[in-house]
Amino acid sequence: MALILDAVLTGVFTGGIYALMASGLTLVFGVMDIINVGQGALVILGAYLSYLLQRDYNIDLFLGLLVTMPAMFLLGLFLERAFIRPIKRDRTTLSILVTFAISLIIEGLLGIAFTTNMVQSQAWYVTASFQVGTYYIAYIYVFVFLLSVVLLGGLYLILYRTKFGASLLASMQDRTAAQLIGIDVERVSMITFGIGVALAAAGGMAYGATYSFNPGSLYDLISRLLVIIILGGMGSLRGALVASVGMLIIEDVTSVVWSPVWATTVFFVLLVVVMVVRPQGLFGRVAGRKQ
Amino acid sequence: MKAAKLVGLVALLAASVAFPQVFPNPAVTTIAIFTLMYATATAAWNIFSGYTGYIALGHAAFFGIGSYAIALMCMHWNVPGGYLPFLLVPVAGLITAAFAVPIGWISLRTRKHTFVVVTIAIFFIMQPMAFNLRSITNGSTGLNLPIPSGWGLKFNFPFYYVALAMLIAAQIVSWWIRNSKYGLGLLAIRDDEDRALGLGVKTGPAKLAAFVISAFFVGMVGALHAYFQESIFPAFAFDPLFDIAVALMGFLGGLGTLSGPIIGALILEPTQRYFTMQFSANGYYLIIYGVLFLAIILLLPEGIVPTLSRYWAKWNPLRRGAIPGKAEEVSSPAEAQEGERVEL
Repeated sequence: MALILDAVLTGVFTGGIYALMASGLTLVFGVMDIINVGQGALVILGAYLSYLLQRDYNIDLFLGLLVTMPAMFLLGLFLERAFIRPIKRDRTTLSILVTFAISLIIEGLLGIAFTTNMVQSQAWYVTASFQVGTYYIAYIYVFVFLLSVVLLGGLYLILYRTKFGASLLASMQDRTAAQLIGIDVERVSMITFGIGVALAAAGGMAYGATYSFNPGSLYDLISRLLVIIILGGMGSLRGALVASVGMLIIEDVTSVVWSPVWATTVFFVLLVVVMVVRPQGLFGRVAGRKQ
Repeated sequence: MKAAKLVGLVALLAASVAFPQVFPNPAVTTIAIFTLMYATATAAWNIFSGYTGYIALGHAAFFGIGSYAIALMCMHWNVPGGYLPFLLVPVAGLITAAFAVPIGWISLRTRKHTFVVVTIAIFFIMQPMAFNLRSITNGSTGLNLPIPSGWGLKFNFPFYYVALAMLIAAQIVSWWIRNSKYGLGLLAIRDDEDRALGLGVKTGPAKLAAFVISAFFVGMVGALHAYFQESIFPAFAFDPLFDIAVALMGFLGGLGTLSGPIIGALILEPTQRYFTMQFSANGYYLIIYGVLFLAIILLLPEGIVPTLSRYWAKWNPLRRGAIPGKAEEVSSPAEAQEGERVEL
């Protein structure tokens, strides 16, 4: 029982990391109707950037975010402008292919720059832990969870308390209507993509500090992220949060009570069950008419 | 025009039958076999994704199921190497099709955009299965298939002709669907699914049938590929690059056209093989492939066949001495829309 409780706690803490990455993905889908399968590669890129800053310049991982997040935001703006916006027809499908191509290029570059050896970011809080009752909790889990809360809170404020947020939500509801009332949807899209990539940078830092990674880790990441946003409902932020935490809790509990090998499979089976009952996901909107 | 087309087809067929006799070099025939297999997979993918507009990016799962099906059959029935495993290729296809029914039924409950992601997710569900169901798949150690022997230097030839036969079969099915009432229903789904449903197209069964047909052929390709490689591993049987390669070939050639998938595979597969051979040692091939990929999508988003046929349509009336105004009319949006549906 104690082990299960421990697993649930770990699930909640690490679920925050996936919530960061998945919220970027689902936000971009909601506004632009594109699926950024490059998100996994961008997360790994963010992880390597934080790792690099820490290793070569001795900059703390969390302080390093002040550099990597704006840098990745700019990268996001560039990617949107250069590769996503020129797509005129079949946006959703072609965007998957384009972002997959970007993902391949990033994977190739990272492989050349860092080789394929597994690495993990280092800091004092990665290895140290503190005691609560009978459990030991690593500081990094708490710090990363707080980071997710702060960033997602910030995202919430941007979305619901600013004018930009209002135009973003409007573009999400109806792109054409938003354009008609004078919202510069293209600009909103570009900034949204930038925010998504910046969230990937933060998620990458957290991922790099809690797991060891190499350029190939992106496939594992993107599969989980896609499953999370389907389960939560495509384009739903709330869904992404619930699904991330739920996924990690289920995984951790499964690996404790059964076997780590089956941890992801159990979650995937749950996904299939949800798809049968609610094809639009937990919080998703129904696409097309009901059949 | 019809006679010219028929003569061209026969010539093409004769050329592809004669190809390995003219170029018996194993390096060349190997690339040719891979090209034929990818062309078959792309043609099959096109039957579902091209005609219905539902882009499936999880067909690598069917490729993997086909590979494992033939490997397991050969292992449990002690099938010797030789011509016998070729007979098991269609059986593997049928097994794959049986798997495709529930997979398709679940994933087709969602509409276009979500469907794409669901297919990707299903692929990522199947891949760890191959790793984890150790008692069946032997985990990451993989499985061995019987080694074909006795064909000497012409080792590649049987594979070439089986692959060619599969491609022809897939093309015939694709052509038949394209020209049948059923195919029109699929195209109607692509254009407006709700209206198609309202007009009496049984959209659910129609989509599922196309999905299963395409899975059948992709499973056969997986089976032949496994026998050709003589061994399978989870990472290669379930390879995300396969999904993307097939979709890219379909897009490059032209989605929903008959000849597009073959042209796309003919161009891309040899190129990719070449790059992988040249640069695989240092990881540069990923970058080259990615850049190539971006260039194709951004420069030729419609694909080669629709683009060419649009130019042809533009150029043709001018040749017949039509008034210049006519040419502009041809390039109007309505005609451009027509261009997408041109069949070659």
